[in-house]
Amino acid sequence: MAKYLLLKHYRGAPAPVNNVPMDQWTPEEISAHVQYMNDFAGRLEKTGEFVDGQALAPEGTFVRYDGEGRPPVTDGPFAETKDLIAGWMVIDVDSYERAVELAGELSAAPGAGGKPIHEWLELRPFLTAPPTITE
Amino acid sequence: MTTQVNEALIRSLTPSVLAVLVRRGADFAAAEDAVQDALVEAVRAWPADQPRDPKGWLVTVAWRRFLDATRADAARRRREDLVDEEPVPGPTPTVDDTLQLYFLCAHPSLTPSSAIALTLRAVGGLTTRQIAQAYLVPEATMAQRISRAKRTVSGVRFDQPGDVATVLRVLYLVFNEGYSGDVDLAAEAIRLTRQLAAAFDHPEVAGLLALMLLHHARRAARTAPDGSLVPLAEQDRGRWDTKLIAEGIGVLQAALARDRLGEFQAQAAIAALHADAPTAEETDWVQIVEWYDELARLTDSPVVRLNRAVAVGQADGPRAGLAALAELDASLPRHTAVAAYLHERDGDLATAARLYAEAARKAPNLAERDHLTRQAARLNARRRH
Repeated sequence: MAKYLLLKHYRGAPAPVNNVPMDQWTPEEISAHVQYMNDFAGRLEKTGEFVDGQALAPEGTFVRYDGEGRPPVTDGPFAETKDLIAGWMVIDVDSYERAVELAGELSAAPGAGGKPIHEWLELRPFLTAPPTITE
Repeated sequence: MTTQVNEALIRSLTPSVLAVLVRRGADFAAAEDAVQDALVEAVRAWPADQPRDPKGWLVTVAWRRFLDATRADAARRRREDLVDEEPVPGPTPTVDDTLQLYFLCAHPSLTPSSAIALTLRAVGGLTTRQIAQAYLVPEATMAQRISRAKRTVSGVRFDQPGDVATVLRVLYLVFNEGYSGDVDLAAEAIRLTRQLAAAFDHPEVAGLLALMLLHHARRAARTAPDGSLVPLAEQDRGRWDTKLIAEGIGVLQAALARDRLGEFQAQAAIAALHADAPTAEETDWVQIVEWYDELARLTDSPVVRLNRAVAVGQADGPRAGLAALAELDASLPRHTAVAAYLHERDGDLATAARLYAEAARKAPNLAERDHLTRQAARLNARRRH
């Protein structure tokens, strides 16, 4: 089994095919979208491939150490930050092919007009622990 | 008898059993572990063979576990005296012991998250796993949080009087936690608050219990079958639990009659006015504004003033609500959502739609975000037609 991170972006991914902001959809289209996402996660739980999923607020802050005895420096949010994560799902699957298949399914979530958004999702493999048998 | 019923009974005995061990001289942390072991044992054994004296059974098993653990722990040799003694029957624990446990678990030296975890375990009798699931953290993390909390309060004398306000704050937080797991935290908070109200006659304890009952009564109506939020005005009031409402109002009236008003009684009074209205249109908003004024005097909380602006908008019209809102800090959570709502009622759909979309971006949880996005979408759709 291999774990993959499916990353959804507010910003930073190539523009999706069906690129209409959510507040321009109809309320029914929003409900259908939410239902699709819930069903997708529910299906993965049933197949034993779901690990975790979380959504993130759009606003964040950069923080760094500023030396002994000083409080950390905070900066941002930066409006120009190119990459902005909206949320993630962690899946545990048998193969890269399966991970791609599932990401494709998630990207087909319906949007404006009830048509798939074709949203670009970023698929990132986890670095694993070293295997026991190496030769 | 089903396992479910057994578990409820078993857990309701947790604080009094723990109190017996502490009264007999066991230190709190070790006694708490022993009681947890006894609870687990009871859950296993009782469905087949329920003892006639459940509490006596739990005390016996917990005390034995405590002695075993103490014997096994060489570093705790100084307690050997205690071990060799047959336990004296000990003073019968009173309701005051239960109260002391609440105080201890909500001790001001604990952070809110630690106090919540310790209360749910030592008073509520939940397992570490159940608490971890309810708060979506790994079990090992929750175990550490609980054992650190126990260490923090280990020096606190059991008979020291505590501050009931800290206890109420902890119970309020448990009730308000929206997470779901095997454990229904809202129901658990109500159970613990009922137990506290039985042990401690105090108008604010009653006020919090009333507040919980009145909000819990609306729970079934608060979400649509697809999980989306249903605002108060649009809820099917036929789905409100009238028994809980009647109980909540009764508890509240008895508390208010004692003329020692506090913030929980005032909040419950507002919830009671909503519960009293047969339809949203018949809500007594003028009285609700008065209660918010009272609440603002008691707490000076900006969140209260924000809610007051909504009530003013209902009582005196959206312009008055917007005027009240203009006096508040725009960075307050939900300020934008309230502004959107008042602009919509004022007929300015373009501004309302823009503000709903902005409020959705700032929403603190997914359900609210989806709800606010739907509101923006609804207005935008209406404007297109």
